[in-house]
Amino acid sequence: MRQDGAPTLEIALRHRLGAFDLDLAFASDAGVTALFGPSGSGKTTVVDAIAGLVRPQAGLVRIGGETLTDTEAGVLVPPHRRRIGLVFQDARLFPHLSVRTNLLFGRWFAPRSAPRVALEPVVALLGIEHLLKRRPRGLSGGERQRVAIGRALLSAPRLLVMDEPLASLDDARKQEILPYLERLRDEARVPIVYVSHSRSEVARLAGTVVLLREGRIVGRGTPREILARGEASETAPARSAARARRLGRWSPGQALNTTRPASERS
Amino acid sequence: MGDADMGWLALSPQEWDAVRLSLLVSFWATIASLPLGIAVAWLLARVSFPGKALVNGLVHLPLVLPPVVTGYVLLLLFGRRGPIGAFLAETFGIVLAFRWTGAALACAVMGFPLMVRAIRLAIEAVDPKLEAAAGTLGAGRIATFLVVTLPLVLPGIIAGMILSFAKAMGEFGATITFVSNIPGQTQTLPSAIYTFTQVPGGEAGALRLTLVSVAIAFGALLVSELLARRAQARVGIA
Repeated sequence: MRQDGAPTLEIALRHRLGAFDLDLAFASDAGVTALFGPSGSGKTTVVDAIAGLVRPQAGLVRIGGETLTDTEAGVLVPPHRRRIGLVFQDARLFPHLSVRTNLLFGRWFAPRSAPRVALEPVVALLGIEHLLKRRPRGLSGGERQRVAIGRALLSAPRLLVMDEPLASLDDARKQEILPYLERLRDEARVPIVYVSHSRSEVARLAGTVVLLREGRIVGRGTPREILARGEASETAPARSAARARRLGRWSPGQALNTTRPASERS
Repeated sequence: MGDADMGWLALSPQEWDAVRLSLLVSFWATIASLPLGIAVAWLLARVSFPGKALVNGLVHLPLVLPPVVTGYVLLLLFGRRGPIGAFLAETFGIVLAFRWTGAALACAVMGFPLMVRAIRLAIEAVDPKLEAAAGTLGAGRIATFLVVTLPLVLPGIIAGMILSFAKAMGEFGATITFVSNIPGQTQTLPSAIYTFTQVPGGEAGALRLTLVSVAIAFGALLVSELLARRAQARVGIA
């Protein structure tokens, strides 16, 4: 757990893209926070905003109290200075580099102030010792994804964001990776935002679930609370829309304060 | 003269000069235009800016203009009294007109569209998502270009260099217009072959140089194939 009192991640976004309207705010703590919702609910936009890959029309992103995006103040820290480890659905390993070099990629560019993550424990944690000398093209989907996770971890991130990391794998591969993800959650001291539309993954991994639907947050709680609600949350978008109207003059800071749960304000 | 033996194949000193000069000119035309070629290819592939169509057209112009026109434009611009030529001569003492360096410039200009095209296609084939991934791992734009984009583009760069080199080896119209056909100074292989065909009894010389041209072109193709295969194996495409 962080001791400085600031939540790990604070984010407030408002982004309209054609008919799609994203308007949400949430904060996450040191454990695994799942961003859970069907495809098209805006999960990827949130990931891109956290990583700095898109500039939200209005929004605020803070990590450990440090502001990375603040559209009102004109702050937009570029992706390579954010120190946020991203694991993509398609592993995106560098095809011209060996697994070992892929893993060490982030270390080449990490600032001196960043803690240095040792290779061996990460490799052991993910069970990829035997792959180090190979090239990405020869790896299975599951192996690729484990290497991608290791690569993100070794860049010494302040936050690990996993965007549907298992979505492109078959069930057998998923079962192969899930234990590693549990170990990652329990052993690596990195807060994780886990983006998924899979009930079972979220139930198994998350400490907190943020339920997303049509660009709005419609629920927040433990996996037990949120997943048990089933379709009970269908009425929530309307409530959220009403709230959006109320917030005629929208400000990210205000949005954060209105939605941060009581437990984190104290 | 040898009668039945292969003695006629031996190159005369003047022919050797032409071969050496052609290799020198083509080598420098390719090497000197490479950095600009990569930069322009990247610009055209990845950046949208006002006037992009104009830049694209300008780059491809030598491909569609008669080479003589390109050579004449170079003469107007880079000749001793041309605006750029006069500036270069006065400021740096560099004279291009009627020198081998001018031949290299003419060849570089003629080969440039081919080089840019090959590299541009290779850059467009690199998945921008990989570059984004490099960004999230802490690599800035320049670092990403150097360690991710450039190695992945290497086969395209090799192809572009070979095309540019081959074009330079065969370039005739622009070169002869810009720097003329002075034996030992600006007489490249094609100009020498042309000269041989214009004088009685020049057939043997023309044939000799033609064989040399074929050999060099074939060698360049083999080398490019070899290099491209190696690069692709490294990149993991082949």
